[in-house]
Amino acid sequence: MSTTVVTTETGGKTWGGGNEPLKASYGKMMMWFFIVSDALTFSGFLAAYGFSRFKFIDAWPIADEVFTHVPFLHGQELPMIYVAFMTFVLIMSSVTMVLAVDAGHHLNKAKVTLYMFLTIIGGLIFVGSQAWEWATFIKGDFGAVETKGGNILQFVDAEGHRVALKDFVVAGEHDRVQQERKNGLWFVGEGSLPSYTVEDVIHGFEANDNLLIRTQELTEDGQKTVLTRAESLNQLKTNGKLVVEGANLQHNEYGSPLFADFFFFITGFHGFHVFSGVVLNIIIFFNVVLGTYEKRKSYEMVEKVGLYWHFVDLVWVFVFTFFYLV
Amino acid sequence: MAQDHKLEIFRGLVKFKSNTQKIWGVLIFLSIVTAIEVILGIYKPEALMAKVLGMKLLNWIFIILTIVKAYYITWDFMHMRDETKGLRRAVVWTTIFLILYLTFILLQEGGYVFNVYDKGYIKSDF
Repeated sequence: MSTTVVTTETGGKTWGGGNEPLKASYGKMMMWFFIVSDALTFSGFLAAYGFSRFKFIDAWPIADEVFTHVPFLHGQELPMIYVAFMTFVLIMSSVTMVLAVDAGHHLNKAKVTLYMFLTIIGGLIFVGSQAWEWATFIKGDFGAVETKGGNILQFVDAEGHRVALKDFVVAGEHDRVQQERKNGLWFVGEGSLPSYTVEDVIHGFEANDNLLIRTQELTEDGQKTVLTRAESLNQLKTNGKLVVEGANLQHNEYGSPLFADFFFFITGFHGFHVFSGVVLNIIIFFNVVLGTYEKRKSYEMVEKVGLYWHFVDLVWVFVFTFFYLV
Repeated sequence: MAQDHKLEIFRGLVKFKSNTQKIWGVLIFLSIVTAIEVILGIYKPEALMAKVLGMKLLNWIFIILTIVKAYYITWDFMHMRDETKGLRRAVVWTTIFLILYLTFILLQEGGYVFNVYDKGYIKSDF
């Protein structure tokens, strides 16, 4: 357009195009709006978790009793320690990321390379920890009995300490074998069978006088209800239907199956974000090493992928609170 | 906007000399907040079990501390502090409004379903 207008008239310039009222590049702005939409996806998940929890507010599993394990420290009850470690790793990798962005502003290639590398390592440690958490959760530790109505009965001794099935149940003769596709109808199969039957559990329970049953229901002060010996036996005999060891999408020894479902979906979806973040970081890392941004005289790509990486950290802060703390 | 970072946090109470220093300062702050959360989560002090507005005081503290952490991650790590007012509002207000709305509706509904179950219209073991 004509260049003379610029100096004389400022009013007409507003609509002449080429304005950047938000003073952000296209790419960065689109990353922000992607983050907005992704934040809504995650809040959808977390709000749905809240819905299910409010629906079973008096019978929801207590997270402190579920996530008590730390690698290499077997048999110790250390609630929250490992998750706190994971949170710290992710915040730390966020810091190295923002340091990489800062080094990018100073066009310092060596520093950007180093900090990007550290960020990738942090991401990998986090994803690995999450895989370990999943494995521990799926394997379970105490085992429980599920009732006809889908409630979970757990076992405790007289002092209220949890007792594992393998400590008092002796496996009996099993006639029932796992149905596999190769030895029946080819389209019918089933998952692996539990190590014990409900009859085995009842025998073991009768043989140990100090055992009691703990139901899902929470008492006034937020503890699980423990039944008397007579009630326990009655409950086990009339309602016990299935032995549950560990957790999957249908059954969950920790309590409501919904708890396991949300655990898998929310931490899984977040873990997938971390994984894709690591992949993006690796791509950017190689671009930095090859000098692509050096030639471009702008490290804005590092900034954009950094925004995504911080967002992943941000989501984890909320998952940490609503899944493990509250 | 490369070099012109705002270097104050806590409304100017703490000022940093460089952006790198600010990053470490924010890290220390976030770590302290996380440590407080973990310690409260492990010990669960009896005094914080009182109900305030239908929820335990402890849970309110957790949620508020989480929002504080989210604020500093967004403002200092994601450099929202240095963006223009327009971009900041377009991103933050939209998200917060939609999330509050969704949370309110779902939690309200969850509480209602709980009441229906609780009054005994549905029995799960029979």
